[in-house]
Amino acid sequence: MATTPVSEKVVRVSVNGTTYEYEVPTRRLLVHFLRDDLALTGTHIGCDTGSCGACTVHLNGVPVKSCAVLAVQADGAAVTTVEGLGDEELTPLQQSFSDHHALQCGYCTPGMLMSAAALLDENPSPSEEDVKVALQGNICRCTGYWNIVEAVVAAGKGVA
Amino acid sequence: MTTTETETTTTPTIQKGYVGQNVPRKEDRRLVQGQGTFFDDVKRHGMGYVHFLRSPYAHARIASIDVSAALELPGVYGTLTGDEVAILTDPFFQIAAEPGANVRDYALAVGKVRYLGEAVVAVVAETRELARDASELVMVDYEPLDVVVDARKALEHDAPVLHEECGGNVSYSGVWEWGDVDKAFAEADHVVKISELHFDRFNSTPLETNGALVEYNRGTGQWTLICNNQFPGFAAIMMAPALRVGTNKLRMITQDIGGAFGNKITTHPQLVALCLLARKLGRAVQWTEWRTDFHQSMSHGNERWFLDTEVAVMADGTMTAFRTKALDDAGAYLRYEPLGGVIWSQVAPGMYGWRNLRLDFTQVMTNKAPCSPNRGYSRMQQLWFTERIVDVVAHELGFDRVELRKKNYVQPEQMPYETPNGCVYDSGDYPRALDVVLDLIGYDTVEERRKDAASRGKLLGFGIGSTLDSGTNNFGQSQLLNPELQFSGNNEVATAKLDFFGEIVVTLGTVPQGQGHETTASQIAADILGCDVDIIEVRAGHDDYWNSHAGFSGTYASQFAVTGLGAVKGAVEDLAHQMRTLASMVFQCSVDDIELAEGFARMKENHEAALPFMALGAIPNMNNAGFPIDPPPMNARFVFRPQFDVPDKEKKFGNLTLTYSMQIHACIVEVDPETGVYEIVDYAAVDDCGVRVNPKIVEGQVMGATAQAIGAAMFEVFAYDDDGNLLTPNFYDYHVPHTLDMPPLKTAAIESPSPFTSLGTKGMGEGGGGGIHCVSAALQDALMTSGRAIVTSSHNPYHRVWEMIRHPERSREKVEVVSK
Repeated sequence: MATTPVSEKVVRVSVNGTTYEYEVPTRRLLVHFLRDDLALTGTHIGCDTGSCGACTVHLNGVPVKSCAVLAVQADGAAVTTVEGLGDEELTPLQQSFSDHHALQCGYCTPGMLMSAAALLDENPSPSEEDVKVALQGNICRCTGYWNIVEAVVAAGKGVA
Repeated sequence: MTTTETETTTTPTIQKGYVGQNVPRKEDRRLVQGQGTFFDDVKRHGMGYVHFLRSPYAHARIASIDVSAALELPGVYGTLTGDEVAILTDPFFQIAAEPGANVRDYALAVGKVRYLGEAVVAVVAETRELARDASELVMVDYEPLDVVVDARKALEHDAPVLHEECGGNVSYSGVWEWGDVDKAFAEADHVVKISELHFDRFNSTPLETNGALVEYNRGTGQWTLICNNQFPGFAAIMMAPALRVGTNKLRMITQDIGGAFGNKITTHPQLVALCLLARKLGRAVQWTEWRTDFHQSMSHGNERWFLDTEVAVMADGTMTAFRTKALDDAGAYLRYEPLGGVIWSQVAPGMYGWRNLRLDFTQVMTNKAPCSPNRGYSRMQQLWFTERIVDVVAHELGFDRVELRKKNYVQPEQMPYETPNGCVYDSGDYPRALDVVLDLIGYDTVEERRKDAASRGKLLGFGIGSTLDSGTNNFGQSQLLNPELQFSGNNEVATAKLDFFGEIVVTLGTVPQGQGHETTASQIAADILGCDVDIIEVRAGHDDYWNSHAGFSGTYASQFAVTGLGAVKGAVEDLAHQMRTLASMVFQCSVDDIELAEGFARMKENHEAALPFMALGAIPNMNNAGFPIDPPPMNARFVFRPQFDVPDKEKKFGNLTLTYSMQIHACIVEVDPETGVYEIVDYAAVDDCGVRVNPKIVEGQVMGATAQAIGAAMFEVFAYDDDGNLLTPNFYDYHVPHTLDMPPLKTAAIESPSPFTSLGTKGMGEGGGGGIHCVSAALQDALMTSGRAIVTSSHNPYHRVWEMIRHPERSREKVEVVSK
């Protein structure tokens, strides 16, 4: 039935190095907390089913789909979003995406970058197959993935 | 993983400066930093979130609607029902002549629902979760009706009728015939008959769904819609009459758009509902379509049957004629349809020299989501059909598929080539393109690879898909469907100005969704102004408050490289002339003595006499005293208009599009005969879109379109059960290709400049259908030694391949050869 009882809970979460304390409805998704409460709109939403990966962020260093995590589950955690990837300068990975034309509309790009960045943290010079496996949870409808895979492999080799 | 080659047929018309270079995209920096602005990123104080309650039935009468319980829920701002919509708006204008003209389509269902997922009630609340909760409190009493989901059954006399006022389910029918078809068949040595071919239903599923933030200004009676509609001119002509206002009361704004592919043209019903809600509630309302709602209701690609096809073939393999009955399934409403009923004829004979064609086109409405443009709109179906019949002819008569194509392709010396229906293929060398793609994929090794696959228990198949990407529509073709329509030609706008401190600002009428318009427009502008590409600011996207759009402005139908860049060229050349004129006034010389170079307007013979752009911008704007005549305003607006005539409505004859890009794809598949599971193990694509302003961007379009075609060929389908339930309503069930699904890809480009465009460019980006065609062809080839099944569907998931292997007779009985 509708009208689920809504309770509020205080969450304290570090996002891109800044700590925020917010009272949020317990059913609020992490992605909506980031986008609506913190106005970090770089993290996107592309589906209702955890299938597309556009909302990928790092939760304590691990890539997660932020549409499949409640904001209250991030209490006490450190979150990194695409806005926290670099500062004014592009990171080598971001630069490599541009150099290899690995984005068109740019809607999937933040999620792609976060999944790829997590891969590179673990495996600094991944093979093409490693990249494909790491990005299989991220959908892109513009590029066909070829240039994305190339961009990540190149970033790993430091040839961006 | 990818390899690229480039060839040029003739010298491009422009080959200097930035044009032709892989200039890095201006769009990228903000997008990789998460700083793009998509419609869903914009918020207003106190805005309400909209949720559409949708029909759980494919066909039902709405007996009653009770919203009272929803309205009592704290935090709910209001609702909108079909009854209110029917009072406050007029039905949407219909493109169709009778009988489709009688369809009464509103922003919400009125009296009846005609497909599962049709919006019935809109609920607005403080949060999106609350709006959704409240919608569950709305009581709708439905009386279910019989359902028809099969276009063939929709034609039967006792079929359930969706729109009673149309007197049946047909929205449009017409016979399209050119040449002397009967004579060609009488003279043919062979007639190949194919009783049934089916192009399946899918769309491009852009990752960003539809949506808008809508505000109403009570003082001016104007709505502001921050949205992602990709063809605001079309939306306005649909919306304004429905809302009983002028188009000046609709300020539509677009910014970054997360992919569109044609699927974001027909959002006018939802946008009208939002306008009504914003006015009714006196607050901004925001709607972001749920993924499931997109799948259930938005812009499916046209599903089409080709029935009783016959092909006339001479003994030497020359194909002289075809005739067929096309049955198009438009879904429940005509929101851009029945334009699909004419768009196909831009490529009526495909890439082939057929001079005698008859296509009996009927479009019906069924209890499925409405069809609207999808990348390759209506041409992809026709091109798949022509490719299919070429491969079936080769298969049945024993012709070599490569030689049969080369023999029947329109030949390079025939360019520009007028098709039997008056379309003009502007340039290209199709046989050569085929050679290039065969070379890329290693055609000479196919038989060797076939043996190797066989040794591993696999069936190997090779297939070719040839396609055209017709671009820059002549909207006069709409009159071939409905002679009363007052649309013809085409246009696009750009403005260019030199601002106070010498900033160059170019504004586009186009509505890009990832195609890199800011970058390519800058390349054109910088070459004309003789300046660095980085100093050009391009404002892409739409805003009615900018004076940079006309009725056909938007991004659709493969035309930016012609219309958009044509407008940029015109506006910037005008600005350049103004800059040179001003400099000539300052230096008191002839305008011909002035050149723009290295960021200055300077005398050709004396480079010391030079004005920086900053000075040129400042003079008319801030420092204009003492000029005996007005200095040029440093502000230009250009409307690009391609030359078109209204087609001959009686003969259905005329030039319907300005340019024809060409793509030939080829692939190799390996099929497991035990399971039907197959894999694309090699893939190549060659593209010819004339002059490429930015080759990397062009290749990106080729890649993306290819990926979508592979998805449509193997995985993606909007499948319905007999009750009209969509079985693939989200990305969980509707599988789009992922990284691991992609085959290795080789690409190549040929440049055959268009003789009809100012830059030698052609619109491109919708040529990916080649992927569907070549997968169909490769599967048919693979099954050659396993029952000789004919591939009769565009969508071939593993279970369908398994069925073709187990029951080849089911497709074999659909084909017949009659020889003299």
